[in-house]
Amino acid sequence: MSLLRNISYRVRHVWRRNLDVSLFGWKSTVLPPLLEPLLYLFAFGLGLGAYVEKVRFHGRLTDYLTFMAPGMIAVGVLFHSIMECMYGSFVRMRYQRTFDAMLTTPLLMEDILAGEILWGATKGLFAGLAVLLVIGVWGLAAFPASLLVLPVAALSGLLFAGFGLLFASVSPYIDNLNLPVFFFINPMFLFSGTFFPLDNLPKWLRAAAWCLPLTHTVEIMRAATFGVLTTRLWWSAAYLAVLTPVVCYAAILLMKRRLIK
Amino acid sequence: MDRIIKARGLVKRYGSLTAVAGIDFEVGRGECFGLLGPNGAGKTTTVHMLCCVLPITAGDIEVCGLSARESPRLIKAMLGVCPQESNLDTDFSVVHNLASHARCFDLPKAEARRRAEALVDRFRLRDKADVCVDDLSGGLRKRLLVARTLVNDPAIVLLDEPTTGLDPQSRHQIWDEVRAMKAAGVTVILTTHYMEEAQLLCDRLVIVDQGRIIESGAPQALIAKHLGGQGTLEDMFLKLTGRQLRE
Repeated sequence: MSLLRNISYRVRHVWRRNLDVSLFGWKSTVLPPLLEPLLYLFAFGLGLGAYVEKVRFHGRLTDYLTFMAPGMIAVGVLFHSIMECMYGSFVRMRYQRTFDAMLTTPLLMEDILAGEILWGATKGLFAGLAVLLVIGVWGLAAFPASLLVLPVAALSGLLFAGFGLLFASVSPYIDNLNLPVFFFINPMFLFSGTFFPLDNLPKWLRAAAWCLPLTHTVEIMRAATFGVLTTRLWWSAAYLAVLTPVVCYAAILLMKRRLIK
Repeated sequence: MDRIIKARGLVKRYGSLTAVAGIDFEVGRGECFGLLGPNGAGKTTTVHMLCCVLPITAGDIEVCGLSARESPRLIKAMLGVCPQESNLDTDFSVVHNLASHARCFDLPKAEARRRAEALVDRFRLRDKADVCVDDLSGGLRKRLLVARTLVNDPAIVLLDEPTTGLDPQSRHQIWDEVRAMKAAGVTVILTTHYMEEAQLLCDRLVIVDQGRIIESGAPQALIAKHLGGQGTLEDMFLKLTGRQLRE
């Protein structure tokens, strides 16, 4: 476990470097996470939602827009954290040689990689917060229960950032990253209870959906925005809490192996 | 003489390929020490082991009495490294490149900024201070890379082919900077393919070929030994390493 011992407070230098880049181009950093959910909410919630009967959630009938809103928080966290550590980290590693430059300072590779994951999670958390803000103002979320969204967004952000770095670590070329987008991210985006209740699916597909991490993020977030917190959620929390360190550890291990021969 | 670097039995293997096949050398404090050799000789691999970014297969390097195997962070804090190929941060301006790198050495923000500004002046980059690195010419980029090696006030500077691809003006400016570093008591490790440069700057040098040191000494002494004092370092280099193409 020397991998863990090699992670120090210096991760903050990596995190701050990436934050600086984001702040320089703040318009492209801040606006998409704020506007993206509006796009989904308008297109699916208002447009498509007009054709949808009420959705049943926890025995209550609710309109489609309110049902899908928490799913958009989860999607925001997913996309922003996983993309940052897939494409962003790959570019910094391969094309910008940012890791090489940082490696000549007292930082070790583990610091750099942990810093990347932390940064990806930060972007995910920010995106989640942005969507929560939008749907909160829209009146689609119950408070204070909805504040539970934030710790779940932070944990899920770490998990998806870890997945992103893991995919980057095993992809020889940047084009290879299209594979996890198609086989992992898109199915999760569509089949994690984001747009419709999992009960609508055939039994085998429902079982598969429960294996996807985003399903558990959505599960807790929807319970939070509806203000119906049950003990069943502990299972989803446990799933995320166990998977996150495993994925992050694997990502750092494999990326280090790839870069330091 | 105070030996600031001691490499003993240094080996680097990648699977069945041996890049560095057991080399020993020592560098005195304040010396300019040259690592010369044909392409693929193992110079950069040696430099990478010295700056603790590459694990050592066998042997060890001691820097200021610290083992590269055991204290990479402490050693790296004392080193300034100018890589062969630019790894400047293309997301940042000239001055922010220096400041951002400085902060990785745990320097507070204000101090990092102060050092960055001072280096911008010293390396005559003031006009370009706020220009993004992507928009710099090759010569300016190299100058910035050399400037960046000094942000942590290093005891040892490693310059891996610092003048490759530069015009004579830029090359002379970098030579002046190397002399200034030496004058300030900084130890300089230089790898280069320009024998004229090695002859001008290096107090001592080693010639590496196929992962081994095949000769070492002061440039003039080596010319005297192998060519009877008649000829250049390049003549001697070709005599020792042959005219055959490498790689």
